[in-house]
Amino acid sequence: MTAPVLADALGPRGRRTARIVSVVTAAAVAAAVTLAFHRLRDNGQLDADLYRPFTQWAAIRFYLVGLLNTLKVAAVAMVLAMAIGVLLALLRLTRSLVLRVVATIYVEFFRGLPLYLLIIFSAFALPNYGIDLSLMTALILGLTVYNSSILGEVFRAGILSLDRGQTEASYALGLGYWQTMLLVLVPQAARRMLPTIVSQLVTLLKDTSLGVVIAYEELLRRSQIAAEFFGNTLQSVAFAAVLYIIVNYSLGRLAQRLEVRQRRRLGAGAINVAGAGEDLAIVAAQGEAGRADR
Amino acid sequence: MPRCDGPRLDGPSLDGPRLDGPRLDGRRRDGRRRGWAFLPLLLALTMVAAACGDSDDDPDTAGQSGGSGELRPTFAADSTMAKLQAKGKIVLGTKFDQPGLGQKNPLTNAVEGFDVEIAKIVAAAIFGGSVSAANSKIEFKETTSPNREVFLENGTVDIVVATYTINDARKQRIDFAGPYYVAAQDILVRADDNSIRSANDLAGKRVCSVRNSTPAQRIRTMVPSAELVEFDTYSLCKDELLANRTDAVTTDDAILIGFASENPRALKVVGNRFSTEPYGIGFAKLPGGQPDESFRTFLNDVLEKSYQDGSWKIAFDSTLGKSGVTAPQPPAVDRYAAGAAVTTTTSAP
Amino acid sequence: MDVVLDNLDEFLGGMQGTVVLTLVSFACAFVLGVVVAGFRVSPVSPLRFVGAAYVNVVRNIPLPAIFILFYFGLPNVGIGYSRFTASIIILAGYTGTFVAEAVRAGVNSVARGQAEAARSLGMTFPQTMRTVIVPQALRTVVQPIGSVFIALIKNSAVATVISVPNLTKSVERVVTDTAEFTPVYLGAAIAYLLLTLPSEQAVGWIERKVAIRR
Repeated sequence: MTAPVLADALGPRGRRTARIVSVVTAAAVAAAVTLAFHRLRDNGQLDADLYRPFTQWAAIRFYLVGLLNTLKVAAVAMVLAMAIGVLLALLRLTRSLVLRVVATIYVEFFRGLPLYLLIIFSAFALPNYGIDLSLMTALILGLTVYNSSILGEVFRAGILSLDRGQTEASYALGLGYWQTMLLVLVPQAARRMLPTIVSQLVTLLKDTSLGVVIAYEELLRRSQIAAEFFGNTLQSVAFAAVLYIIVNYSLGRLAQRLEVRQRRRLGAGAINVAGAGEDLAIVAAQGEAGRADR
Repeated sequence: MPRCDGPRLDGPSLDGPRLDGPRLDGRRRDGRRRGWAFLPLLLALTMVAAACGDSDDDPDTAGQSGGSGELRPTFAADSTMAKLQAKGKIVLGTKFDQPGLGQKNPLTNAVEGFDVEIAKIVAAAIFGGSVSAANSKIEFKETTSPNREVFLENGTVDIVVATYTINDARKQRIDFAGPYYVAAQDILVRADDNSIRSANDLAGKRVCSVRNSTPAQRIRTMVPSAELVEFDTYSLCKDELLANRTDAVTTDDAILIGFASENPRALKVVGNRFSTEPYGIGFAKLPGGQPDESFRTFLNDVLEKSYQDGSWKIAFDSTLGKSGVTAPQPPAVDRYAAGAAVTTTTSAP
Repeated sequence: MDVVLDNLDEFLGGMQGTVVLTLVSFACAFVLGVVVAGFRVSPVSPLRFVGAAYVNVVRNIPLPAIFILFYFGLPNVGIGYSRFTASIIILAGYTGTFVAEAVRAGVNSVARGQAEAARSLGMTFPQTMRTVIVPQALRTVVQPIGSVFIALIKNSAVATVISVPNLTKSVERVVTDTAEFTPVYLGAAIAYLLLTLPSEQAVGWIERKVAIRR
């Protein structure tokens, strides 16, 4: 029989308390659900009309194409952000002060701004400077710029967490800075940072929903359009929410599994919270870097 | 030293002291992963949705140029109309979330509404054939208030028919044909609310409109003391009104009438219209900044013809008119002189 | 620049909105997060279930969707919060999930030997948590929670979706009214940086102060 560590197996009194709390909690949850159910019904939210659209394949397809758009935007933005992120990390580690400063300014600037602001700027302000982007491109641009600065930090921390010996050996073999980075360090850093990167992908997927403010037809906007047409705001957005949960939860589990595998290889890992505020990704990365120093 | 087999504090997710509870890696007892099927199933469905059936951009059979046997009008070789004919379709910028005027039907992926009907009349005039078949010649793109001029200028859309109010500021960047309808800003209130009878009565009240729209701006200027709340769509505003979380919804009366007719016992339109909103067909200037005179003449001719041959009334009755409103007199089109700052003279219906 | 000065009330109001939303939501999120973390490690399985369900559902839904669902869903459940209150609840509820996960991971990161030693000294579960585990865990958790705070500063912009005053909403309004893009966006960027950059420094400072020197 396995013994828990934080506390002894509960004795009779403990078990009784636990049982009382269980019953109370279960009762409270049941009561809340029933209450919500009745209130919803009284307000007409359980009427069949509001749910009928979901019985039609054409309507479901409408949402699914929205999901497809979401995934498309996320995929492109992620790839671009990773590429730029690697570049930024490398720039921040060069010997040249100018390059370091430029990269640092980029990172600190875009990391500190809300994504909402970046996106409406790309879509509505840029055209006034002559830069005309489609809605999809504007959304991708905002997401890329923001996430590239996050991933830049992630890669930088990943590179710093590698053994110095790798760098020294590369230089000893006559490889230059960029060669060392691209051929030796970045691939290793990327592997190490994989759970964090997947985590960041979850955040990015959620952030594509900001396309709703520029009326780009990703999933959330489509659910709004459908809600307008069928008159079922709650049901429509709830359906979209379910789709988001399925996708994000699966990715989150993937990140978790990757992290567990990393931990087994490298020892206790950093705090990795899938889908969290983006900066948690950086913290996770820095945690890796810090751990490697000890 | 006996090994503790208890859950490690620094192991994989600790979900509380477990005795012989569930596996810590979330798998089922037989090793299979729980709920593993959801995501692949969803992705498969998404791919099916994308593959079979309309993608979000192209409605059914857009892009075919002219069927055999259709009487196609001919145009001067370098005119915009000829270019559109050659392209085989006209890209229309319209709203996707305005009931009665421009609303996307998720079931058919087509956009429906009075604005769309006007565009179909234009398309039929360019490509020949009947108005009802003109849907296949139109590619729909969603335009919102901030991006209408941009989309015209950079060619993303050919025309904009989207509750597009004609005003001088916009005429600097693009041109208009029409107006094809004159709306007016009005107020929607709860049926039992008699305290709001005009725009000024909104002082200190809660008013709802769509974010960054012209009606919202106008209330901000006219009644600064009103508490203006802005959401993404008008039906959200309407829900707020019904839930007593706002006191009024304001926008063009064409839209408000639709809401009131859906809910005649609960909502009413105040009917004290302020500001006229002449809706026009927006189109780009020629490269170089000159107005596209031939196109504008063409569009104005098409509109006037639709007033005479009844197609305008049919368009109205089948969309805005469905709420029980009788079709007003169509407004006189304003063929303003190029470059002049013109006050649009229209007869208010 | 004149644009900014002419609309100063709007911007100051927006700034105030952002700051208040962030601070109040964070305080609530912190409390909520610690409580939920407690639920998730407790021996009472309904509590564990509630905690896990809450975290796994809320953190996988995008914030704008939560805003719409919660705010427009409220009247149907008979609750009538103002937009501002609803924003606080939503932001706190959303951010709380990340706090909960961070705290839980922090607790996990404390070496097992600590708990074993506490047990062998005869401490009960609450005593162990309170005097041994949580203080050490909190030290590890300062950085992640600080990051969550900074993310919250940025997430407050999403409250624009339900028309709650904040800096981003002020930007939208002024730009719509005046069409002056550069000064307004630049000003807003600087304002946000004035909030996020010092916060980053502060978090680093706090972390250094509580770091365990071995």
